[in-house]
Amino acid sequence: MGSHGIKDQVAIIGVGCTPFAEHWDRSLDDLIIDAAQATYQSAGVAQDQIDAFWFGTAQSAASGLALGGPLKIHGKPISRVENYCATGSEAMRQAAYAVASGAYDVVMALGAEKVKDGGYQGLNGFPIPTDGTQRTLTAAGMFSLILPAYAEKYSVSVDDLRYAVAKIAEKNHFNGARNPLAQFRREVSAEQICEMAAVAGRLSVFDCAGVADGAAAVIMCRVEDAHRYCDNPLYIKALSFVAGTGAGSLDPDYDYTTLTECRWAAEDAYTQAGVTDPRNEIAVAEVHDCFTPTEMVLMEDLGFSDPGQAWQDVLDGAFALDGRLPVNSDGGLKSFGHPVGASGLRMLYEVWLQLRGQAPEDRRIADHGRTLGLTHNLGGYPGEMVSFVGIYGTELG
Amino acid sequence: MRGIIAAGAHVPYHRLDRSEISAFFGKGGGRGTRSVASYDEDTTTMAVAASRRALGATSVVPEALWFATANPAYLEKTNATAVHAALRLAPEVGALDFGGAHRSGAGALRTALTSGVTTLVAAADQRDGLATSADEAASGDGAAAVLCGDESAGPVIAEYLGAGVATAEMLERWRLPGGDRSRVWEERFGEVTYGPLMTEAWDRALAATGLGPEDIDRLAVTGTHTRAVARNLKRLGVADQRLVDDLSGSVGNTGTAHPLLMLCSALETASPGQTIALVTLADGVEVVILRVTPAIDAYRPVFPVAEQVAGGGSVAYAKFLSWRSMVSVEPPNRPLPNRPSASASYRRDDWKFGFVGSRDRASGMIHLPPARISEKGGAVDDMEAVPMADVAGTVASFTIDRLVYSPSPPVVFAVIDFDGGGRVPLELTDCDPTEVSIGMRVEPTFRRLFTADEIHNYFWKVQPLRGGAPALSESEER
Repeated sequence: MGSHGIKDQVAIIGVGCTPFAEHWDRSLDDLIIDAAQATYQSAGVAQDQIDAFWFGTAQSAASGLALGGPLKIHGKPISRVENYCATGSEAMRQAAYAVASGAYDVVMALGAEKVKDGGYQGLNGFPIPTDGTQRTLTAAGMFSLILPAYAEKYSVSVDDLRYAVAKIAEKNHFNGARNPLAQFRREVSAEQICEMAAVAGRLSVFDCAGVADGAAAVIMCRVEDAHRYCDNPLYIKALSFVAGTGAGSLDPDYDYTTLTECRWAAEDAYTQAGVTDPRNEIAVAEVHDCFTPTEMVLMEDLGFSDPGQAWQDVLDGAFALDGRLPVNSDGGLKSFGHPVGASGLRMLYEVWLQLRGQAPEDRRIADHGRTLGLTHNLGGYPGEMVSFVGIYGTELG
Repeated sequence: MRGIIAAGAHVPYHRLDRSEISAFFGKGGGRGTRSVASYDEDTTTMAVAASRRALGATSVVPEALWFATANPAYLEKTNATAVHAALRLAPEVGALDFGGAHRSGAGALRTALTSGVTTLVAAADQRDGLATSADEAASGDGAAAVLCGDESAGPVIAEYLGAGVATAEMLERWRLPGGDRSRVWEERFGEVTYGPLMTEAWDRALAATGLGPEDIDRLAVTGTHTRAVARNLKRLGVADQRLVDDLSGSVGNTGTAHPLLMLCSALETASPGQTIALVTLADGVEVVILRVTPAIDAYRPVFPVAEQVAGGGSVAYAKFLSWRSMVSVEPPNRPLPNRPSASASYRRDDWKFGFVGSRDRASGMIHLPPARISEKGGAVDDMEAVPMADVAGTVASFTIDRLVYSPSPPVVFAVIDFDGGGRVPLELTDCDPTEVSIGMRVEPTFRRLFTADEIHNYFWKVQPLRGGAPALSESEER
């Protein structure tokens, strides 16, 4: 028994992504078609060369028909996948494993979400009949629990911490301003964010991910077939996934300063990939910055900062474009926007661009000779979440 | 000997300063304050609060539960069953509503005192009037619960001596079902008509007990007609200084609950041997006479009325108007909550109404809500029930959510670690959001979270630890 991973067995040969925006003029089908066409073009593959499909959407549609219908896919398997906000990464993980198993030669995972037809701001869960005792807090409220707990544990003033997380939003807006596909392309300073009205705990609206419509997709094949389609593919080094038990809302030992499932997923991913020093081996990381405190604690959970130090590292610019480990160089959920089912694959799109030197010059990361990129995608809340970590590289071995 | 074994009251945390009414409208209001049920309280939740305090003061368990209110949360469906579930009474304990009329509170108490079973009588009212009306200012919200039984069940703190009744069909105060205000006939009619009825019932009670007016040490008089009470008091022949404060300056008239609330209050300062007469004017007159026993010396009420009256926090008049749907305030632009499922709720009555979790016998870990498989160790179906409603807890982290739907935003929300184990994230209610901190002490309180599709969603929140709170030592025994 064990988590062995599929290092160097599956290659990524094409990635595509639509603009993330309030697409009042585009339907879910439009977004699916646009992302699929962009990805076919990226991979140089026609739709009928793809043997199987995975479609990730959290709550915009149901079943594989939602992909087969608009794309007119005839006689092929299509699985609909849902795993909270990690849906896109989960679709990709399932598709990659199908290739590694030998079941299919070429597969596509596509994630899409149409959130702006609901009539409300923010994301709203699908109603499931219950006994009415479930917590009804917003995601912003749940993630805002981190700040007072972290401040208490590490004896940091809440004001200092509030400023540090605002610096995360500032960084991600800076990066997003240099991304033509991003929802928000305006720079905002931490000082401006700190002055905004609080909506959940100390968090303002600008500490929250953008809510956008969008789609993204990836095409994968066996490593030995990759060069038939692509001169410089990415190789999957690790795909890790951990679903919790909701222990954080049950177990007084949980202290809301760490995302346990993310730590476990990172440990597993580093083991699969053979990464022993993530701070010096990872060239770029795309992480799930659904709220600014999330990105802060993720820096510790992913091993990029020492416990209790992430807020200081953030202030020191460690994760800026020109920092020691650029994080969310595309603007992240914060600025690129968060169409739930698409976000995990959008992260992969940025890693694809950065590792292959294709990112626009004004947000291209420095070449430190590192060949690995990481995507981290989570769903749920502190203490009760699912977490994905993927590692990809330009070199085999 | 039969009589009162225990009593408990609930005066809601919020107080409206009556002068705010006239400041806003240029009329109405008056001096002093009235109590205001929070937006997440109704007559059922207030009855639960009072009943928990009554039962918290004794080890005697009721054999019957009667719930009286003129403002029931549901019609057709029994409301006492929700109180029953929240008190975790056994299925063989009957639960009945005495519904609709103010008189049902005093009447249920008298009937329980003369019946043969140990009966918890709970009465609650939430009272409204149109803005600037006399009812709006003079009324209050609240609940009281009195456990009646024989000495054989447990120590009786006030012995039932006798009662007197005068019933009259009179159109003095009324409200149509669903109506948002009460109507009253010309004031003089009630004032004059109640007089002889009062004398009649009083004389019967004195005759039944063999007492004279001079033998009455404490006299508590209340009723639906304030002026009739005041103008006819002298008919009873009891000295003014023996009158029990009617709480009109601080709480207001809590209608159905008020006779029981005044009785709770009188018992808190009573001495052995004293007689207490309780007179209620409502569609006739109800009189009950009791004698305090030596057992009162060992009796400790949970969160006494006097402490509740002295505590509390103010609510702005505008907030009061919005809570009472007199003013519609723009809600957060979020979807309304889903109605709770009847079948899902029924399967989890213990959790939803009783706040009962489960403890893994192997690891000792407490699971809230109850679980079948242990989070620690994974033991399967080896859990015992753990009642948590009387356990205090501590805030582990907290937030104020201004985005989420609430009948009264913002939502103050905290992760609560209970003394002796067990964690659950819950809403904090009846608190000043700026005073919440990690480490703050809280206690569970039964509330109505929201109403969706004409279904009231009852569950537990926490409130700052105030009084009548479970002691640490109790939770350690768990």
